[in-house]
Amino acid sequence: MTRISLTVNGEPRAVDIDSRVTVLDLLREHFGLTGAKKGCDRGQCGACTVLRDGRRVNSCLVLAVSADGSEIVSVEGLAGDSDLHPLQQSFLDHDAYQCGYCTPGQLCSAVGALAELAAGSPSVVTGEGSAPTLEPEEIRERMSGNLCRCAAYVNIVAAVYEAGRSA
Amino acid sequence: MRRFEYLRPLDRARAVDLAANPEVKLLGGGTNLIDLMKIGVETPEILVDTTRLGLDEIESRVDGSLRIGASVRNTDVASDRRVRARFPVLSAAVLAGASGQLRNMATVGGNLLQRTRCAYFQDVTKACNKRKPGSGCPAQTGANRELAILGGSEHCIATHPSDMAVALRALDASVLVETEKGAQTIPLADFYRLPGDRPDIETNLPYGALIVAIDVPAPVDGARSSYMKVRDRASFGFALASVAGVLRVADGRVAHVALALGGVAPLPWRARIAEAHLMGAPADPDHFHAAIDAELQAAQPRPENAFKVTLARRMVVRVLTELVGRGEVGVAPS
Repeated sequence: MTRISLTVNGEPRAVDIDSRVTVLDLLREHFGLTGAKKGCDRGQCGACTVLRDGRRVNSCLVLAVSADGSEIVSVEGLAGDSDLHPLQQSFLDHDAYQCGYCTPGQLCSAVGALAELAAGSPSVVTGEGSAPTLEPEEIRERMSGNLCRCAAYVNIVAAVYEAGRSA
Repeated sequence: MRRFEYLRPLDRARAVDLAANPEVKLLGGGTNLIDLMKIGVETPEILVDTTRLGLDEIESRVDGSLRIGASVRNTDVASDRRVRARFPVLSAAVLAGASGQLRNMATVGGNLLQRTRCAYFQDVTKACNKRKPGSGCPAQTGANRELAILGGSEHCIATHPSDMAVALRALDASVLVETEKGAQTIPLADFYRLPGDRPDIETNLPYGALIVAIDVPAPVDGARSSYMKVRDRASFGFALASVAGVLRVADGRVAHVALALGGVAPLPWRARIAEAHLMGAPADPDHFHAAIDAELQAAQPRPENAFKVTLARRMVVRVLTELVGRGEVGVAPS
């Protein structure tokens, strides 16, 4: 067992854990935060996406011991005390889900994707040497790490686009 | 997952000490290694985390080269303004790989050392000479659609999965490593090995080596570069084939060319035969076709992947034609 300290959704936590535990299992099994989902557990579906130090990552592939000292935000940490996060509201407004299983990962990924876009990080569809602009093609490419087996993609793109436009 | 000890050294000397132990695996972003540990392909006794060794800077050097620290995240390489301006093929290749989440995690050192996604390699219930030498290669007659047409052997036809390494191969990059015996620079040209009868040995890295950086030499004056990738879905998939091209045209003729192919070989494949045909030749599609045809003479397609020969040919011609279409220009701004 290794002692680690990290911040989860703004709250400092310390825990003794086995080196094999991933951040996903730490959140779900040790902290009771079951928002992040275990879909493939191999980094292929995005259902486990959380923000680590402000950047979206697949929590199923991050060892908790290696996240010692990090700041983790899962879907439970997106909303304020009374208001939903603008992306959560936009998902509601656009009916951007069906079964909802992938939604927590979609939301955290979208938060990260919009931040990356705003910071000028290019994607493969950004013109060579240009700054990226908010457009559906950019959102589709940047959200490709999040699968939705209900195929709510059309509404997810609309929801992220609208949230990005009003940011 | 098998039990292992996790160590996180905070300086290079300590990491190099630890690396000189056969039970140790070095951990970068974990996007491949942790996955392989979950499915039982990798079973290290000790994991040494290399992400807090201060190897996370990109440095411009006086000779015009760029030194990319081994633990720089893929996203940060692709977004770096110097990389985008001077090595667009590298930025494009990195962005063509994986997903946003995985690029935020993956390090460039780990990217070089990622393992094949051959289905037999990833399935411990199947034979695989790379995973278990001498056990056989069911891919030869089995599911080989994604596998190699160049450089394979009767023992292994796995493909190298990296996009980044394909661009780096076209850019003549080198890998800086440290061992207990000191520092060493390995040109990417000498870094990977063809499988032959030992597909389990994939690189010429010396024993106990820690990758500390990748050096990308100054771009060729007046050359243009680009990366093209074809995969089964629009995004987030491994290459069926990819092409990194660097081209300079002067007076309608090829004055400099570097071509590397991904998704078709056990390593990022530098198309030296095609390049030799192209140097000095008229920069037109007929000559591009002839050059890549000469390269692909050596292709040994399997029943399911013969399409890759045609695909690679068409992609090379298109990449070169598009680079010509951008005109004969001066040096890109640095």
